[in-house]
Amino acid sequence: MVIIMDEWLELKANFMKAIEESSDLEAIEAIRISAVGKKGSITGLMKGLGALDAEKRKEAGQLLNKIKTEVTAAIDSRKVELERTTLAAQLLKDRVDVTLPARPETTGSIHPITQTIDELTAIFCQMGFSVAEGPHIETDYYNFTALNIPPEHPARQEQDTFYLPPDDTGVPRVLRTHTSPVQIRTMEKIPPPIKIIVPGRTFRSDHDATHSPMFHQVEGLVIDKKSHMGHLKGCLIDFCRAFFGVDDLPVRFRPSYFPFTEPSAEVDIGCTREGGEFRIGKGDDWLEILGSGMVHPRVLAGCGIDPDEYQGFAFGMGIERIAMLKYGIPDLRPFYDSDIRWLKHYGFVPLDIPTVSKGINQ
Amino acid sequence: MKFTLSWLKDHLETKASLDEICDKLPMLGLEVESVQDRAKDLSDFIVGYVEKAQQHPNADRLRLCIVDIGAEKVQVVCGAPNARAGIKGVFAPPGARIPNSGDILKKGVIRGEESNGMLCSEREMGISDEHEGIIELDPNAEVGAGYATLAGLDDPVIDIAITPDRADCLGVRGIARDLAAAGLGTLKPLDTSPVKGTFKSSINWQVNLPDEEPALAPYIVGRFFRGVKNVPSPKWLQDRLTAIGLRPISALVDITNYIMLDLGRPLHAYDADKINGDIFIRLAETGEKYLALDGKEYTFSEDMIVIGDNNGVDDLAGIMGGERSGCDDQTVNMFLEAAIFDPVRTASTGRKLNIISDARYRFERGLDPTSPGWGSEMATKMILEICGGEASELVVHGREPPWQRTYMLRHSRIKALTGVEVPEEKTLDILKDLGFKVSGEGEKINCEVPPWRGDVIGEADLVEEVVRIWGFDNIPTVSMQNDTIIPRPSLNPSQIIEGKAKRTLANRDMAEAVTYSFLSSQHAILFGGDKHELKLMNPISSDLDEMRPSIIPNLISSALKNSNMGNPDVAIFEVGPQYTGASAEGQQVVAAGIRTGQTAERHWSNVSRSVDVFDVKGDVVALLEVLGAPVANLQTSVDAPDWYHPGKSGVLRLGPNTLAYFGEIHPTVLRTMSVDYPIMAFEVFLNNLHSPRSKGPNRALLKLEPLQPVKRDFAFILDKEIPAERLLRAVRGADKNLIRDVILFDSYEGKGVPENKKSLAIAVTLQPTGSSLTEEELEVLSNKIVGQVGKQVAGQLRT
Repeated sequence: MVIIMDEWLELKANFMKAIEESSDLEAIEAIRISAVGKKGSITGLMKGLGALDAEKRKEAGQLLNKIKTEVTAAIDSRKVELERTTLAAQLLKDRVDVTLPARPETTGSIHPITQTIDELTAIFCQMGFSVAEGPHIETDYYNFTALNIPPEHPARQEQDTFYLPPDDTGVPRVLRTHTSPVQIRTMEKIPPPIKIIVPGRTFRSDHDATHSPMFHQVEGLVIDKKSHMGHLKGCLIDFCRAFFGVDDLPVRFRPSYFPFTEPSAEVDIGCTREGGEFRIGKGDDWLEILGSGMVHPRVLAGCGIDPDEYQGFAFGMGIERIAMLKYGIPDLRPFYDSDIRWLKHYGFVPLDIPTVSKGINQ
Repeated sequence: MKFTLSWLKDHLETKASLDEICDKLPMLGLEVESVQDRAKDLSDFIVGYVEKAQQHPNADRLRLCIVDIGAEKVQVVCGAPNARAGIKGVFAPPGARIPNSGDILKKGVIRGEESNGMLCSEREMGISDEHEGIIELDPNAEVGAGYATLAGLDDPVIDIAITPDRADCLGVRGIARDLAAAGLGTLKPLDTSPVKGTFKSSINWQVNLPDEEPALAPYIVGRFFRGVKNVPSPKWLQDRLTAIGLRPISALVDITNYIMLDLGRPLHAYDADKINGDIFIRLAETGEKYLALDGKEYTFSEDMIVIGDNNGVDDLAGIMGGERSGCDDQTVNMFLEAAIFDPVRTASTGRKLNIISDARYRFERGLDPTSPGWGSEMATKMILEICGGEASELVVHGREPPWQRTYMLRHSRIKALTGVEVPEEKTLDILKDLGFKVSGEGEKINCEVPPWRGDVIGEADLVEEVVRIWGFDNIPTVSMQNDTIIPRPSLNPSQIIEGKAKRTLANRDMAEAVTYSFLSSQHAILFGGDKHELKLMNPISSDLDEMRPSIIPNLISSALKNSNMGNPDVAIFEVGPQYTGASAEGQQVVAAGIRTGQTAERHWSNVSRSVDVFDVKGDVVALLEVLGAPVANLQTSVDAPDWYHPGKSGVLRLGPNTLAYFGEIHPTVLRTMSVDYPIMAFEVFLNNLHSPRSKGPNRALLKLEPLQPVKRDFAFILDKEIPAERLLRAVRGADKNLIRDVILFDSYEGKGVPENKKSLAIAVTLQPTGSSLTEEELEVLSNKIVGQVGKQVAGQLRT
């Protein structure tokens, strides 16, 4: 009996060795079949136990069970190990060159004029302004006369107006030279209080490096019973500081002349050209950026608003100009050239919608 | 408006420095364009005495000069032929900035000899083009003295921009008055006392203007001068004119210019010996001509005021004199004209003839109506002093037009309009200093406007005058107040739609463009334009002569430009106006875009393809969906306008409303625009979108079905001509409750499908509710679908 058991132990040792040496899943499966399969040698020995007497059977049974358990465990563990290495080899085989470029994504862009209008709208919205619009093709009444600019007035001549054929009744038509006619149209339509901004296209027959025949302005108009030049100052200083993102931006108001405001003021912001680099902020120089003033009593009266009861202010500025200053865009003309290189470089990500909550300056 | 500091000080008694004056001017509304302080710029340049000048040992054309500059004697190598011992010249030491070139002068060794500075020519000093030799100064000039002072160049020149309202500041005295009012000194008195004439003028005015237009020439003053010598002007006068960029001509001409610049009073001087008879002033006859002082001939129309004599017209009133009767250095008898002409008529005449002159500039902004009187007296004094001779009695036509007017100013109005409290006595002082006659006291005062302030026409102007001088810096800064803490939305629904449209299209990989509202009429006609009422009467060029009837042509031009720059794949859009008429309703907001070239750049992982009509259809549908249009209910038709390819374009409508065009641009249109590759385009008419009715923020209740949806595929054979949309509609209509979605996943023509037929394959998603669908129910539904397709589009189930 002892001898037989020694043989069994040797059998086990042989299996263990074979398991250890097996190099793939097929080999280990073959070992499993030859050891514990239906016709496997360990299975066969266990079938033979019935021929032994009860006492020996118990002893031999225990040994065989132990051998079977150990061999099976060894097979399972070797199998897991072999599966792991096989998978690892397969994965290595599936390797791709991750340095290949990713699939191209073309992203669109938002034009700086749109972005700038959205920015200033967000700021003026905070101050309670709403956005108004008006036609680009105007009568000379709205573009000039109602704004206290009579024919032959020098200010009228300076504006390089585009003319269209007069209408059927002979009324002269022009392309609006500024967004100011919307002041008149608004005052005629809605009673005070009025608090609007008017961003939009404007046209002047001027074409050189710093002038475009079409450009954009934003107009502002406030009419109520109490707004005075102090509010004008506050409104525009708050705007300039928020728009350019400079909290201590110096803003200067200088007397000037516009036919439709009285008193009138031009507004400068501080800047510096120290070291040849232009920067907006505290500095030794000033840059003119907008015109403004208290709405002329004649303009109010012409719109049916009593200038003794109501008053207010108006302002206007060039959108391209403030965009160029803010974003360091050097030339005006490429704004309208639709060169996709320019649009992509100076344009904005569509999801970058200006809001006051994340700051107007990204 | 240019003037010099010393000139200003003729009128202004002041201790203020140049910097103080230049800081103050803009705060008064007189914008400083430039300040040129030549004494500072030229401070390095001094008088040098050439003590010795000998031949350079190594160069034939150069001389070695020993120059005495006062403090020391230095050696200078000089190539000028006139560099010789005994002359005095302008010496520039090393470190000086040469005005002409802007270069900094350096010590040098020229052909082995040291050169410690330079003797300058007029060209190097920026005075003239003369470069034949070095400047030779007066032998009496003090060695080492500053050159700028010696040459009369030490008077700083200030250039200011004058706004159209401030005609009074088109003379130096007006500027001095503003500065004095602002506390920078006092205005010196001006002696305008009359000079008594010693004889009667032989020339008289013959004014023949329409009686019904008395404002054309209400007041004209003339004066005859005999026995004058039209010598060159004295140096001080020449220096001042030169400093501001005017060329001195002769005393009589220079004096008229000087009075204009000094006091804002233009004058004209005729050579009296060239005048035949009296001088007439009348309206021109059409076709009359004259040769003006600028050497050009002008032809008049009959609304222009002209001046002349028996020999014809030789002056355009208020604008420019004529060549024939002008003064020259032989002039001994002179007739002076100081007039008031209608500013409006002067402006329109000047504009029609395109003559720009200093006189016109002042006439059209409005002269002091009293100026013909004092202007001719001021000129008389200068003429007699400089040119000698005798002055006649004044020859006057008409009289001062009435200018006296008084406005009431309420002190409270200053505070109400500007928010600043100006002490009452300060208000009075400011107005008085500006020349207003102020009467009354307390809240309401009366202010008589001085004759030179034609721009002041009401209380608001008086407020501006007071606050302007008091200082805009003193106005308090008050932030805007909202009536609600959280601001209300500032955009209306259509503005919101525009903004959404832009960001939606940009999100679909398109770049936003902004192009001109105008284009060439050749392009306009291709896109339904060519309307007379939309053609510019004064276009800037023929490329930009009509308002655009569509945005597409501008985008096509952009694509062409990009393609020429090596970027053929273009996807751009613009949301902006198009114009179908000149009235406000003719201006519509359109979201337009084009795509051309390949869908994507070449890449190792994909095959890119040419863009086609379904790319732009995708843009349109996606955009409409975002903008809240009921996309499922849109009707597609094939009647897009002429600029689209008739077989590859469509129109999307909702009921009677046209929402969009999309398609390939017609090849003939492209060829006319010099484009030889296909371009896809779309136009979405944002004005035709009903702004989504405000249903509030509430969404419809979502019911998530617990049962899995069932998918069934069908393929139908139907006539080639039947639009796919009709098939989809028929299928969807088969059971509106069960059918959730229908996807067309294959469209096939060719082998296996009869001629003139096509096969369309669809996937139908069915969503059971309550209980799962049984095989029988599915069978019923399939039959319903097949039945509907058969009935509505004569489609046969493909087997």
